[in-house]
Amino acid sequence: MKVRVYVMPKDGLLDPQGQAINIALINMGFAEVKKVRQGKVIELELEETDKILIKNRVEDMCQKLLANSVIESFHVEDI
Amino acid sequence: MTKVGIIIFPGSNCDRDLAEGLVSTGFSVEFIWHKNIELPNNLDILAIPGGFSFGDYLRCGAIAAKSPITDAVLRFAKGGGYLIGICNGFQVLCETGLLPGALVGNVGLKFICRQESLLVENSNSIFTSKYYFGEKIQIPIAHHDGNYIADTETIAELEGNGRVVFKYLENPNGSINNIAGVLSRNRRVLGMMPHPERAVNKIHKSNDGRSLFLSLLESFR
Repeated sequence: MKVRVYVMPKDGLLDPQGQAINIALINMGFAEVKKVRQGKVIELELEETDKILIKNRVEDMCQKLLANSVIESFHVEDI
Repeated sequence: MTKVGIIIFPGSNCDRDLAEGLVSTGFSVEFIWHKNIELPNNLDILAIPGGFSFGDYLRCGAIAAKSPITDAVLRFAKGGGYLIGICNGFQVLCETGLLPGALVGNVGLKFICRQESLLVENSNSIFTSKYYFGEKIQIPIAHHDGNYIADTETIAELEGNGRVVFKYLENPNGSINNIAGVLSRNRRVLGMMPHPERAVNKIHKSNDGRSLFLSLLESFR
């Protein structure tokens, strides 16, 4: 089974990359852009089919490695 | 002789500079590969050098912080051991949880490599006893992710308890309160973005990093 982990900078945290993208888009004429935040997507392929087990394991992975709770939030989706 | 163990990860690149700085100020050093699960005997201090461990993949220091050697490092720290993490080493220490907060991308989105003026904010620590409070020192920085952040309570706690040891005179990277280096609660673990090992000898522009190593050495006498 495959899952996708979305890791985003926490709300309220300065996101200089998002800001740079925002400015570039506005300079390109996309004046409607109000805010950009950049995070990352991590896809995992797992040898397991039990969805509850997978959810627990992947959340454990997020807390221990994939995301840093000081600066990032995450959520997990099935693919 | 006071002995420092320097941990090396794939992508560490300041390990030898740090060893030279330490040896020139009177320490003996031993390199430790990150895949070891035990530390050498008779280590007085552990050091995590600068560099780009694991190519800065995922987050700076994140993968190094989960290395086979990490459990031994955590045990060393829990037992009251002295640790210093410089640059990438600071990032690794934050990722292990031995130091609070995190280091994120510089606000200017640029890698900055230059001499930086720092203020010594605490001269009572074992790392800074040879400086005086408020002393202005010159130590180089070389980083892309040196922007120190932590929640408001953590910052207040660090500031209120003398755990901020160095601040930038002019903030190069966006760090909260200009923070350049912090201590652990027990004051035995120091993390700092500037490179004291690049300010120790005649060929360096400044020798202001020597006092840090000499402070540390004196605390073992």
